[in-house]
Amino acid sequence: MNTSKKQLLSGNEAIALAAYHWGVKLGTGYPGTPSTEILENFSRLGGKAQWAPNEKVALEVGIGAAYSGARTLVTMKHVGVNVAADPLFTAAYTGVSGGLVLISADDPGMASSQNEQDNRHYARAAGVVMLEPADSQESYDFLIAGLEISEKWKMPVILRLTTRICHSKTIVQPRPCDSPSPEPSYQTDRAMRVMVPANARPAHKKLRQKLSEVALWNETSALNQAISGDKSLGIITSGISFMHALEAAPQAGFLKLGITYPLPIEKIRQFANSYERCVVIEEGDPYLVESIRAAGVMVEGKDEMYRFGELNVERVKRILAKDASPEAILPKGKPPQLCQGCPHRITFEILRDMNCIVSGDIGCYTLGVLPPFSAIDTCLCMGASISVGLGMRHVLDEKQARKIVSVIGDSTFMHSGITGLVEMVYNRPQTGHLVIVLDNNTTAMTGLQEHPGTGYSLDRQSAHQVSIEELSRSLGIEKTYVMDPRKEIESLKERIAECLAGSDPAVIVVRSPCILSVKARKK
Amino acid sequence: MNKITNVTIAGLGGQGVLKASDILTAAVFSSGCDIKKSEVHGMSQRGGSVSSDIRFGAKVLSPMIPRGTADYLVVLTEDQVDNNIDTLREGGTLIKPDTIDSEKLTNKRSINVALLGVLSKHLDIAESCWHEAIRNHLPEKLFDVNIEAFNLGRR
Ligand SMILES: Cc1ncc(C[n+]2csc(CCOP(=O)(O)OP(=O)(O)O)c2C)c(N)n1
Ligand code: SF4
Repeated sequence: MNTSKKQLLSGNEAIALAAYHWGVKLGTGYPGTPSTEILENFSRLGGKAQWAPNEKVALEVGIGAAYSGARTLVTMKHVGVNVAADPLFTAAYTGVSGGLVLISADDPGMASSQNEQDNRHYARAAGVVMLEPADSQESYDFLIAGLEISEKWKMPVILRLTTRICHSKTIVQPRPCDSPSPEPSYQTDRAMRVMVPANARPAHKKLRQKLSEVALWNETSALNQAISGDKSLGIITSGISFMHALEAAPQAGFLKLGITYPLPIEKIRQFANSYERCVVIEEGDPYLVESIRAAGVMVEGKDEMYRFGELNVERVKRILAKDASPEAILPKGKPPQLCQGCPHRITFEILRDMNCIVSGDIGCYTLGVLPPFSAIDTCLCMGASISVGLGMRHVLDEKQARKIVSVIGDSTFMHSGITGLVEMVYNRPQTGHLVIVLDNNTTAMTGLQEHPGTGYSLDRQSAHQVSIEELSRSLGIEKTYVMDPRKEIESLKERIAECLAGSDPAVIVVRSPCILSVKARKK
Repeated sequence: MNKITNVTIAGLGGQGVLKASDILTAAVFSSGCDIKKSEVHGMSQRGGSVSSDIRFGAKVLSPMIPRGTADYLVVLTEDQVDNNIDTLREGGTLIKPDTIDSEKLTNKRSINVALLGVLSKHLDIAESCWHEAIRNHLPEKLFDVNIEAFNLGRR
């Protein structure tokens, strides 16, 4: 294995490389910008990587592997952690045998997301150690450190990235692995693995004890870096904010935290006390500043206006100057659009012309909200199209209720649409309901990933293909149809009208491949 | 003195902004300096604005070019100049598609590489580094057309 050469890598590539070098036995996740390329690269390098139908499943599969003693990597975007939160919180209690690192790729500024939630809160809420790298070298090093911490304390670890870390390329010096990956083997430990209340109560205490041990260790850990500077200004920071701050105030002293949960609070206290002014520079929520103040250390934070969006050198300078005047409004670029020739266009033209109220979902097709379609009325989170549409059907008068259509993509359907369909047949609205699945045979939004409905695995091996229409019929939805929007526009229109007029639950699978995926497959 | 060179490449999704940025980055990397490159993409396949920041020098910190400090702005389509011009410093160089006589481009899609040729005249990077970067980032069969485009810009 050649680990001697320096490489120019994105944070995502660096993590994949570290996982490969450190013998991670299984990588699992669900696509989501900015995390997607981690597993794709891990697979390309020769690692075993797979797409799960959603993040909860991915994390559970990962926990199973780690219960069995395997080094494991689980990847997702920030909102994916919401989906995976249930297993996460209790896995903190059970702990793991093999090293388990969960990547949470946050998206401050929402380059490609529906919110900019700050997942550092999850580490504290669940009681899981969290690391935050500041460039690709640290992404490489911190994945390894995360595995070591996870193996040493037998607990899952979160590696929290942000879009700028995931997608920026910086230079990485890899190194040879000095701790061979253990062979998986299951050791029975029912007290720690079976979370009935009688076991979970002591497990919770054990978790808190482990966290206080980590906190103590973290006081002297090399992952937190102090750089001395002019006594007039000390800056406490982490992740990408460190890079912006070091450029904005090169003369200042720095405490750059690598582990941001649990915090090395005495180290922070000592640092803050040795500077006349101590400012916390962090992107997103005031997570660090509140935690540090809660421990009785007086530090300065930022104005509320800097909670929104990404930081950069200019904004850090403004924070340091306590400047809360309005920022210059930057010219907006051209927004993305559905590709010319995208099959989704046809369905949205029909829904627009029929004046439907469309409960939408997340994917390329969310762009159906833009003119000339303006044919999406709600978009909340993955899978919500079906359930939100049902809620509307239940309470609206008949005239409006009959206009409600739920529209969902094929990958999103596999992710969290299936339970919505079960709800539709179980708590059936009086007017019935219509679900349109826009099946373009790929996860287009995030860059053309496979999913359980495409018939291929992450590494493009053929896999069992889950049939959306068979699933729908098996739930007792007799009115299940499959239509080709390119060849059957007129009958598609008629079918939609008929379903809206009737009072049965109905599913129309509108099937036509994404034109970009067809091109990509030809290459 | 840590002098950093800042280059922004901008255009629309599908025009080869990221490809051009990868080639520049690889060429600089092989010449031995510190380098960072940063871009926002994710939904770029649908024709929206895309831009990429490349910074290099002895030691690069933030991967994002502070507004008004880019030394070079390379824009692949005229209509993306206005929304990117703020990145350029006073006296910085704007490189636009009309610098190239498009009649002379064998393959119109290699405008990105042709504009890198123009940029290359301003940067102290060996021609061999550029060629190697182009070779490593494009399919073999497109190598000759792109070298031709590069030379057209570099002339
Ligand atoms: C919980 C969660 N996980 C992942 C994502 C990222 N993401 C947004 S849409 C999408 C899937 C889109 O695929 P599909 O439904 O097939 O629609 P298409 O883009 O192909 O039209 C993904 C993975 C997200 N927004 N939320
Ligand atoms: S990438 Fe595919 S699904 Fe997305 S807009 Fe283009 S054609 Fe449509």
